[in-house]
Amino acid sequence: MTQQLLQLLLFLLLALVAIASALGMLISRNAIYSALFLVLNFATVAVFFLLLNAPFIAVAQVSVYTGAIMVLFLFVIMLLGAERAGPIQAIQWQRPLAITLAVILLLEGGFIILSQRGVLPRVTTQLPQGFGSPAQVGTDLFSTYILPFEITSVLLLVAMIGAIVLTKGEKK
Amino acid sequence: MLPVNYYLGLAIILFTLGALGVLIRRNAIVIFMSIELMLNAANLAFVAYARYWQSMNGQIFVFFIMTVAAAEVAIGLALIVTIFRTKASIDVDQISTLKG
Repeated sequence: MTQQLLQLLLFLLLALVAIASALGMLISRNAIYSALFLVLNFATVAVFFLLLNAPFIAVAQVSVYTGAIMVLFLFVIMLLGAERAGPIQAIQWQRPLAITLAVILLLEGGFIILSQRGVLPRVTTQLPQGFGSPAQVGTDLFSTYILPFEITSVLLLVAMIGAIVLTKGEKK
Repeated sequence: MLPVNYYLGLAIILFTLGALGVLIRRNAIVIFMSIELMLNAANLAFVAYARYWQSMNGQIFVFFIMTVAAAEVAIGLALIVTIFRTKASIDVDQISTLKG
């Protein structure tokens, strides 16, 4: 029972950090602060993955998202020197409308969750041995999901070539 | 394990914040980051359900979403760099014409 309580406390604390960092990303005027808040958010989500018995995904989250992707973001922000957008707001009514729509989306989600409460029974059975371990992920990737895995490699190649071609600049 | 609804609620909140970011921010890079936040919220829901159903399929799906997100970021940032070269701005309000 104490373990359950401890888990709940940990969840609430981490959820608070995740939501606060997401809000910080939204509010901060400087894009570099936004990127750093997003790194914090991704790190907390990685801890959630660990709590959900997904160690491989958690490590991939840290290395791919907070490592590679956010460093790329920071590089581009600093390269362009474009961390601040101009202060002029072209469409005046956009912001209140956006907030209203977001609140509606949130209420819809909350309604769905509350109305579905108790539909799914609680899990009581023990997890199978090695659930979510790198070995398990690798076995699944190279047996059931071998075709999507190969297609992913083509996708990454296309992205790499595309990025090079787009930023190459035209020869005069 | 906590009830899956807790994680789902958090995923909904993060997704909404991401959607709000896309709508209210005008810096193209911050809009991009908000999209990443939404993808991440979806990942969280996937992993929560994978744990609930004790099935690896959800986790494998998150793996694929991550690779697609990485590819998307590479292309998107390249596009932003190209737009910045021609327009000298990444304010989405000013990028209203499609010709270069």
